[in-house]
Amino acid sequence: MKNAYNFAFFDEGSKKEIRRATLKAVAIPGYQVPFASREMPIARGWGTGGLQVTLSLINQGDVIKVIDQGTDESVNAVSIKNLIQKTTGVDSTIDTGKATVVQSRHRIPEEPLREEQIIVLQVPMPEPLRFVESSEYKTKRLHGDGEYSGAWLVLFEKIMKFGKMTGGAAHPVYVHDRYVMSPSPIPKYDNPRLDHSEGIQLFGAGREKKIYAIPPYTKVVSLAFDDYPFEVENQEGRVCHLCGATDVFFDELEDELTHEVYYQCNDSSYCLKRLNQGGGDNA
Amino acid sequence: MPEVTQEKVLVVKNLTKQFGEGCEKCRKNPEVLIRNYCPHCQTIYATREVSFDLYRGEILGIVGESGSGKSTLVRTLYFDQEASAGEAFLNDYGEGRADILKVSSQQKRYLRDYLLGMVYQNPFLGLKMKFSALSNVAEKLIAAGGRHVGTMTQRAHDLLDVVTIEDYRRKDAPENFSGGMQQRVQIAKALSNNPPVLFLDEVTTGLDLSVQANVLDLIKEIQRDLGISMVIVSHDLGVIRMLADRTLVMLDGRVIETGLTDQILEDPQHPYTQKLVQSLL
Ligand SMILES: Nc1ncnc2c1ncn2[C@@H]1O[C@H](COP(=O)(O)OP(=O)(O)O)[C@@H](O)[C@H]1O
Ligand SMILES: [Mg+2]
Ligand SMILES: [Zn+2]
Repeated sequence: MKNAYNFAFFDEGSKKEIRRATLKAVAIPGYQVPFASREMPIARGWGTGGLQVTLSLINQGDVIKVIDQGTDESVNAVSIKNLIQKTTGVDSTIDTGKATVVQSRHRIPEEPLREEQIIVLQVPMPEPLRFVESSEYKTKRLHGDGEYSGAWLVLFEKIMKFGKMTGGAAHPVYVHDRYVMSPSPIPKYDNPRLDHSEGIQLFGAGREKKIYAIPPYTKVVSLAFDDYPFEVENQEGRVCHLCGATDVFFDELEDELTHEVYYQCNDSSYCLKRLNQGGGDNA
Repeated sequence: MPEVTQEKVLVVKNLTKQFGEGCEKCRKNPEVLIRNYCPHCQTIYATREVSFDLYRGEILGIVGESGSGKSTLVRTLYFDQEASAGEAFLNDYGEGRADILKVSSQQKRYLRDYLLGMVYQNPFLGLKMKFSALSNVAEKLIAAGGRHVGTMTQRAHDLLDVVTIEDYRRKDAPENFSGGMQQRVQIAKALSNNPPVLFLDEVTTGLDLSVQANVLDLIKEIQRDLGISMVIVSHDLGVIRMLADRTLVMLDGRVIETGLTDQILEDPQHPYTQKLVQSLL
């Protein structure tokens, strides 16, 4: 194969350095490892952190899937997928089960990951303590001491203000009973699926130059108070109008004419897979 | 007056905090210093070999002009800054035999969260201005391992009752409060874990006179009701006179006089103290 770039865009030295940071991240679950974030042909904040992680570990023979908020077809997902394919020549798929590497923004696919699979999540804001402490020097020390009152305080304040732990995305988690980590802006619905996942879960923050990880079978617990337990978004009574799924994360849609609210799987290729397998009894 | 016992809750020995390395000249011969400052190496000796005991139930006053090292002293004891030399012992920690200035940063956090309280002159240092008053008070409870919202909220309400923050303001953020209210929230926060020792640094400086009186009354009341030992720092001998049982007078980083507050007021020994007392009259 001939293209204008080195395989996977970066030179081997750069990839090695990113992989080294990734290995360190896997060895210290939930710990944010700094790395020298590279310039990319897409703007920072558009998944460059995740993309760099993906490009550093991808091999010929890998099969890539890229999603953005649950869909493989968004402009953003497609342009990232194109860049990966153009510089590596690997195959792509929309089928979670067939992918070896999944790069994602804002969702973990409905289909659980298997042992040989890797998910790379794009992270805009890796530091769970940033709301209470603006200094990087200080947050580093807080992580070192395991001092997470700041993260609890943010949740406490939400309860004071709104009567519950509001805010769906990026609810912080304890990883392996040690580090508190931001799971990236996934819905709370996805938080429990971080726990004891069979696949490797990697997190890349381009602008903030951090990589962190949850190795397979790691204990991941969402922060919650004794009298305010962690709760995922209420999906009860909802049914996908296409495939009939009931136990998934939904998009809420509104019929333009009747203004009737209906629901659809947020993970569109999961929905499609169910339809193709004949699960669409409601369609 | 609550009972002041002979039990020492805090013992401080030769506490020194310097900014700068010091040089041959100033290390050997402190006489070269101009006030607290070495003209040869620019080192500032903010506090120099300060020693004192704090007894259970007492209010100890520390008075001295601006720059004399009062804030540095309490901040070093609250671990906001690292001491350069000296020792400190808390009766409620390590059987009073562990030098708290030398323990690990985790242990220092423990001491701050469980055994010490601090009220800063500048409420921005003590409060999260954008978080509700309730959350601010609860922060120390959370830091001390509190995980029950109901219990912590109740405690925060009780303390905000004590410092008379109206119920309807408690979900409001201190950035919307007056200076006096901010200090009262700071006090409530400092009290949240019932610390045996409380530091108060110029808590009334910059407040209107009537508000000052109000906050001073509150401090007295708390001390009387809860029997907490306090170190209260002020450049204003008037404040110290109102509150402190005993007083240290500081000048250029050193303690130049110490004794019962009444005694110091009636019969000041050091010329600087004499000037200070005169200006009060
Ligand atoms: N961070 C610092 N760096 C250098 N000098 C300092 C610092 N903090 C305080 N100082 C100096 O230490 C001395 C004591 O200051 P401070 O403890 O704030 O006095 P006080 O509270 O009695 O007004 C002053 O000369 C001050 O300029
Ligand atoms: Mg001061
Ligand atoms: Zn010198």
